[in-house]
Amino acid sequence: MPFHYDKDSDGIVTLTMDMSGSANVMNLEYRDLMGEAVSRLEGDEITGVIITSAKKTFFAGGDLNVLIAITPENASQALEGVEELKSQLRRLEKLGKPVVAAINGSALGGGFEIALASHRRIVLNDNSIRVGLPEATLGLLPGGGGVTRMVRLLGVQKALPLLMEGKQLRPERALQAGVVHQLVETREELISEARAWILANPAPVQPWDVQGAGVPDLKFGDPNSYGLLGAAPAVLRKKSHGAYPAPEKIMATAVEGAYVDFDTALKIEGRYFLELASGQVSKNMITAFWFNLNEVNGRASSTGKRVAKLGVLGAGMMGAGIAEVSAKAGIEVVLKDVTLEAAQKGAGGLEGVKPTDSDDDLAGCDLIIEAVFENRELKNKVLGAAEAQALPDAVIASNTSTLPITGLATAVPDAERFIGLHFFSPVPKMRLVEIIRGERTSEETLQRALDYVRQIGKTPIVVNDSRGFYTSRTFGTYVVEAISMLAEGVAPALIENVARKAGMAVGPLAVSDEVTLSLQLKIHDQTVADDPSLVSDSAAYDLIREMVGLGRAGKSTGAGFYEYPSDGSKKFLWPELTTRYVKADAGVSEQDVRDRLLFVQALESVRCLDEGVLTSVADANIGSIFGFGFAPWSGGTLQFINSYGVQAFVERADYLADTYGERFRPPASLRERDKF
Amino acid sequence: MSEALIFDAVRTPRGKGKRGSLHSVKPVALAAGVLRALSERNSLDTSAVDDVVFGVVSPLGEQGGDIARTAVLAAGWDQRPAGVQLNRFCASGLESVNLAAAKVASGFEDLVVAGGVESMSRVPMGSDGGAWAIDPATNFDLSFVPQGVSADLIATLEGFSRTDVDAWAARSHARAFEAQKDGRFERSVVPVIDQNGTVVLKEDETIRPESTVESLGRLKPSFQFHGDLGYDTVAIDRYPTVERINHVHTPGNSSQIVDGAAAMLIGSEAAGRALGLTARARIVSVAVVGTEPTIMLTGPAPSARKALDKAGLSVEDIDLFEVNEAFSSVVLKFLRDMDIPEDKVNVNGGAIALGHPLGATGCMILGTLLDELERRDLRRGLATLCVGGGMGIATIIERV
Repeated sequence: MPFHYDKDSDGIVTLTMDMSGSANVMNLEYRDLMGEAVSRLEGDEITGVIITSAKKTFFAGGDLNVLIAITPENASQALEGVEELKSQLRRLEKLGKPVVAAINGSALGGGFEIALASHRRIVLNDNSIRVGLPEATLGLLPGGGGVTRMVRLLGVQKALPLLMEGKQLRPERALQAGVVHQLVETREELISEARAWILANPAPVQPWDVQGAGVPDLKFGDPNSYGLLGAAPAVLRKKSHGAYPAPEKIMATAVEGAYVDFDTALKIEGRYFLELASGQVSKNMITAFWFNLNEVNGRASSTGKRVAKLGVLGAGMMGAGIAEVSAKAGIEVVLKDVTLEAAQKGAGGLEGVKPTDSDDDLAGCDLIIEAVFENRELKNKVLGAAEAQALPDAVIASNTSTLPITGLATAVPDAERFIGLHFFSPVPKMRLVEIIRGERTSEETLQRALDYVRQIGKTPIVVNDSRGFYTSRTFGTYVVEAISMLAEGVAPALIENVARKAGMAVGPLAVSDEVTLSLQLKIHDQTVADDPSLVSDSAAYDLIREMVGLGRAGKSTGAGFYEYPSDGSKKFLWPELTTRYVKADAGVSEQDVRDRLLFVQALESVRCLDEGVLTSVADANIGSIFGFGFAPWSGGTLQFINSYGVQAFVERADYLADTYGERFRPPASLRERDKF
Repeated sequence: MSEALIFDAVRTPRGKGKRGSLHSVKPVALAAGVLRALSERNSLDTSAVDDVVFGVVSPLGEQGGDIARTAVLAAGWDQRPAGVQLNRFCASGLESVNLAAAKVASGFEDLVVAGGVESMSRVPMGSDGGAWAIDPATNFDLSFVPQGVSADLIATLEGFSRTDVDAWAARSHARAFEAQKDGRFERSVVPVIDQNGTVVLKEDETIRPESTVESLGRLKPSFQFHGDLGYDTVAIDRYPTVERINHVHTPGNSSQIVDGAAAMLIGSEAAGRALGLTARARIVSVAVVGTEPTIMLTGPAPSARKALDKAGLSVEDIDLFEVNEAFSSVVLKFLRDMDIPEDKVNVNGGAIALGHPLGATGCMILGTLLDELERRDLRRGLATLCVGGGMGIATIIERV
């Protein structure tokens, strides 16, 4: 399939990109097609060019199969390819004839770089369309001239936030941001407006090719820029703690390129692009946020059934959140609690959510989700009553985060229709749902659960039943490891700071306070009562028990590992932690603190895979990042091991096991593996 | 090898920033002024000077382009002395002395003027940029923070309270006030005069004897804003045992932003004899060190130890110390690291009271040290400064 080249009687060429795959992407085929097209345009008598797409999207971006294969060894070859792509676009914008991008669908990454090399960008004003340069979200930078053109178009200060955060913009927002010129309401207008602009502007010049043009807000030797330039890396570090090379290199590309001419700036951009593309973090992020995410999202929708009516039991924060996201997806929701008042409070007057205190209102539900307190008897009671009212083939689900699903399934007559749907708090914000298959959960029930998760626009992972399932169980090791270190005498600030530097969303002691220490203790004691062999780290729990005994059970009680000043000022670590627990000679280096926090989670994930709690690497990676904020730069718990190198990881884990305890001993399965 | 001897030292009074008396005086005039004073009071045959080494930290605009050579010519000196401008950040003035001493001690040159100039009110600090701060990749990789955040990090790690740092600042003002009243700066200070012979400034105008711990305690921290921007995170990521930075430094307990210049005549014994100059002291040893750049300002103690080791001396052999008061915490840390009593350090106040004209300060404090050794009839002194980029510098002198 080609780039269709149609020249009309006015001499206007419409170049319609129609590559062989389902979308237009930047790969070798593109390079040949664009190369041919530009050469033909250069040799032809034309008035102007309209670039558009025969696909649903305008252009999808770089081919990630190609990008993930770039290594330091083949980097120079890759650079040649990138330089060729940039040179084609450079020739296009310097044809001396107007080039208009008629953006009929999303134009992202390389696609938007083609648009940037056009003199005018007209976008169909459709809310499902996104334009922008999301490379940073995959650990890359827009290396097809995207950084250089954006900086010269908008100035460093406006361009950098868009580039460093990898923003994808709706058409309206793109117009406001100044990255496109015009919106139109219909496809016909897209072409007619493009034609009109070409006829009115016979010889446009890109803003960066105007004599004397540079970067609008950054000139060489301007001392007024120095304060901002000095602070910008610090502002970034406050967010990234140095774990994300892409925004750093985007900033460097923008600034270093600003002092030189356009084509030299492109060279600088190419070098930084290659550094990122051949580096490990982009591999990790492409693996998780592209390949793994597509895998888990791709599983959904096979039954063709959609949930029409949902019953949510328990109108606390979780129940209310589940009701909200479901109602927003167009599902009729009944939110039931013990009293109508509690149910009303949870429903918050939201359209499509009917608060009730009566099981009768659950009649006709094809999905029930229980979100009451973590108490078996209570759950049994409400689940049994609800099941009796729902449709005979309704799926019955529990939002428990701790109780085994197989056991809860006995609350209903037909355990095959029972499943775990573990949401994360706050529900509207957290995109993951952990689906837990009980021993007797049927395939049909699983499919319907997947379809529901898809219906509400969330990302599912599927795991098998186990105490704490995958996410709570693995995340628990992070928190307990931190508390063990505190018990060993490691400074609490070191633990919290190193966790953030390692890329964890929140410090483990802060999280512990959020979860409350008393709840952790309760779960632990229940676990020990059920199976004493499951406990390995008593020092940590002794410390938790002591904290609870001191009346410091966590944030909700006003005191935990942190102090929570009543005047609302920022929390700070309880100073007495230092006098009580910290030892000057604790002898745990910063590197060991970091590795203990990350390795303990990675190793638990390996065990989950060994035990069949996890059935895929993608579930592990996606669940860890979206479920409990495991360092996104690493690509998730198992990709972290890949990126470390499995054998190097095993060696390091053996060291940690020898030094800090057998929980770090790598499972036999890991010693045999090359990669996940 | 010949010995490097100090024959004389002069400095301008320090003018207080943009509202001060020297804001109207361009840097080349300050530099030429001290050269002229040095040659006049020593009846110096300037053709005998091999080189003029001047420190400047922001060498651009009217302060750029090798101002040392320009000042030689502007001062009306013989054309034969060459001139070189150097930059070792805050240590530039002392680096000039050390380089001049090395030139003489090596025998490569016989008579060299060391010194420095900085008109901070006319050429603002940082206006020359530099990769360390303004190149994002370098800045990020090296965990750059402004010096004030480094000074606050030192205070946090060492446990110096706001009261501790303010108390040192109050002491600096009290000591400088006494010294000025007692005429202890008169030997070195030469007035700044304009082209009509009118005196623009004749003594330091920065001393606030009314400063107390209480009055200083009312000032707002200078670097909280920078810290909140993200520099605290940079510092903490480098020093992760720190939960939060205690921002204790204010304009009141940090060095003042001032204008000034200094010059010192250094030469061999033979050169002195030939020109009829009397040696006042010899340069015993010098040292520079590199230290961790984010905390940046911890170089004085290691550089002092290095200079002591080189000379085969111990801390007890030093009678008086001058430690540049870039920030209070720098001096307090030096006292703690070296375990020396307060009454041996900055006995006539320091840059908190007198100001820190970046390119000149090192030369100025060495002159102050020499004057005080003579006044008290003591033998050895050590001058040291913390330096941007994580460096330290020290110079030991001995009266002859």
